[in-house]
Amino acid sequence: MNVVACVKQIPDPAAPASLDPSTRTLDRSGKLILDDSDSYGVEMALQLAGNVEGSEVTIVSMAPGGETAGLRTALAMGAARAILVSDDALAGSDALSTAKVLAAAIKRAEPDLVIAATESTDGYTGTVPVQVAELLGMPSVTFAKSVVTDGATVKVERQTEAGYDDVESPLPALVTVTAGVVEPRYPSFKGIMAAKSKPVEVLTLADLGIDPAQVGAAGARQEILDVKDAEARGSGEIVVDEGDGAQRIVAFLEQMKVI
Amino acid sequence: MDRIWVLAEAGESGPTPLTLELLTAARSLASTVEAVAWGGDTASLAAPLGEYGATKVYDVGDLGGSLPGAPVASAVAARVLGGDAPDAVLLPASYDGRDVAGRLSAKLDRPVLTNVTGLREADGALVTEHPVFGGTQIASARFTAEGPGLFVIRAKSFTAEPAGGGPAEVVSAPAGDTGATGGAVIRDRHAEAASGPKLDEAAVVVSGGRGLGGADAYALVEELASLLHGAAGASRAIVDAGWVPYSHQVGQTGKTVKPTVYVAAGISGATQHLVGMKGSKNIVAINKDQEAPIFSVADLGIVGDVHKVLPALIEALKQRG
Ligand SMILES: Cc1cc2nc3c(=O)[nH]c(=O)nc-3n(C[C@H](O)[C@H](O)[C@H](O)COP(=O)(O)OP(=O)(O)OC[C@H]3O[C@@H](n4cnc5c(N)ncnc54)[C@H](O)[C@@H]3O)c2cc1C
Repeated sequence: MNVVACVKQIPDPAAPASLDPSTRTLDRSGKLILDDSDSYGVEMALQLAGNVEGSEVTIVSMAPGGETAGLRTALAMGAARAILVSDDALAGSDALSTAKVLAAAIKRAEPDLVIAATESTDGYTGTVPVQVAELLGMPSVTFAKSVVTDGATVKVERQTEAGYDDVESPLPALVTVTAGVVEPRYPSFKGIMAAKSKPVEVLTLADLGIDPAQVGAAGARQEILDVKDAEARGSGEIVVDEGDGAQRIVAFLEQMKVI
Repeated sequence: MDRIWVLAEAGESGPTPLTLELLTAARSLASTVEAVAWGGDTASLAAPLGEYGATKVYDVGDLGGSLPGAPVASAVAARVLGGDAPDAVLLPASYDGRDVAGRLSAKLDRPVLTNVTGLREADGALVTEHPVFGGTQIASARFTAEGPGLFVIRAKSFTAEPAGGGPAEVVSAPAGDTGATGGAVIRDRHAEAASGPKLDEAAVVVSGGRGLGGADAYALVEELASLLHGAAGASRAIVDAGWVPYSHQVGQTGKTVKPTVYVAAGISGATQHLVGMKGSKNIVAINKDQEAPIFSVADLGIVGDVHKVLPALIEALKQRG
């Protein structure tokens, strides 16, 4: 079974985020790391591949500047190889363009199962995986909280408003997983060393046969008009509990007429 | 704007609140509002959808257990590509709504704007508002290409108001052959036992976070919520940790709540949590760290230990009877 895990490499969320003032898109010029949301997808891919004889996990990513730091993390966790699409013309791509590029790259890995996170930490549009599935002509099951596969079908517990559904789909299929579904392993020292020599194929748009005018800022069909400060909430009363905290809350609730 | 379509989702008892919010928003933006619905009982939706302004319901019909994403997108795309295109399609930011949006976007080769919390018309185009950086800033955006524009809208962005219209006309809009894409099928459904008001409809929400220290302490949150006739919520940290089911999660990837009072106990106030509750009328925060970001949105902040404040608060409320 060929398992593909889609990952995004993002600026460290712990570092303050900012918008590029000229393009009003997220500033991605700093160092990139593996999106924490994707570490669950990588772990899930590895576990599922581990249960089906002869399986392999390929990591697929799109990132500027030939960035591989996050891919190396995924390879160190145990993935066999990675495909990176990197092309200057991709800067400013909207979600659909990103999906087109990823779909073209994923196709090369001839996947039986594609795993992605429900949404990225930095952009969180949450539409890319399903767009990829549609472009690949695959069924998709989003918001998986549990996934099992025998290599022919995939069974998923999918979150719903009320609880969860048992969903079944033939492979090939795409599944998006929520954070916390599995405990991502820490790369071992051996894994980190091995990752250094694992193959990372770096592709350009030309390699994928995609017209640069259709993607990136050139192909984007949406624009950000402005970014303004939201209405700030007036700062309230902050008090240190001296044993009277509960009484203060009671008084507040009375004032708000909820009790 | 001439015509807007709204993806209408049904819950246990008729259209979901978010569906009614979208219909209300659509009415204020377009002269004609039409809905797209699916399931075995679309006829029963004609009245409530009409009451909120839809004149027609395109009925995709019973999906035979398939997940809605592929068949519903296929039905909508068939109409649009057949020449019957609205100016915009509003979709709910729900599990199935997001699936339909992604598939429709790829089928129509149109981008989609997600996490929309505001919509207005300017120069004949729809301009959206999106909270960024935990809702501290609002970005405005619009489509620059040919329509229909696809907009995925977050709950509680608009207030639902009935328009008093008669039942919508039901028009059959079958999905056609979805090929392999429609292969994901629901085999069984599991509902969690729920008591009290729904999280996104309650007037009071009490949420707990990692500061509770352990799963057992969530009982304090539940007890307080019940005493206040409210609902119990949670931060993602404790959902991920398995202390409480996902259905309790408030925030970017969970529910959006706007109660009269929101109580955050042992929650730090990460940006992804704030976007889900910042619209609450009043916010009470209990956190032992004076510097916790939750205090920046709190109307009343108690710097203290949840293990002292919550039991005392529960006791005080019980005394009042
Ligand atoms: C893509 C993405 C989406 C996300 N979506 C969501 C979402 O929808 N909802 C969400 O909530 N989070 C979401 N998060 C996670 C978010 O970033 C935070 O990690 C999470 O909200 C933290 O939860 P917490 O406040 O319970 O835990 P922590 O951040 O660990 O905070 C615990 C707090 O408890 C306080 N505390 C500790 N002990 C006590 C005590 N005895 N008494 C009082 N206070 C105490 C501490 O001072 C601290 O402030 C998302 C993250 C990502 C990357």
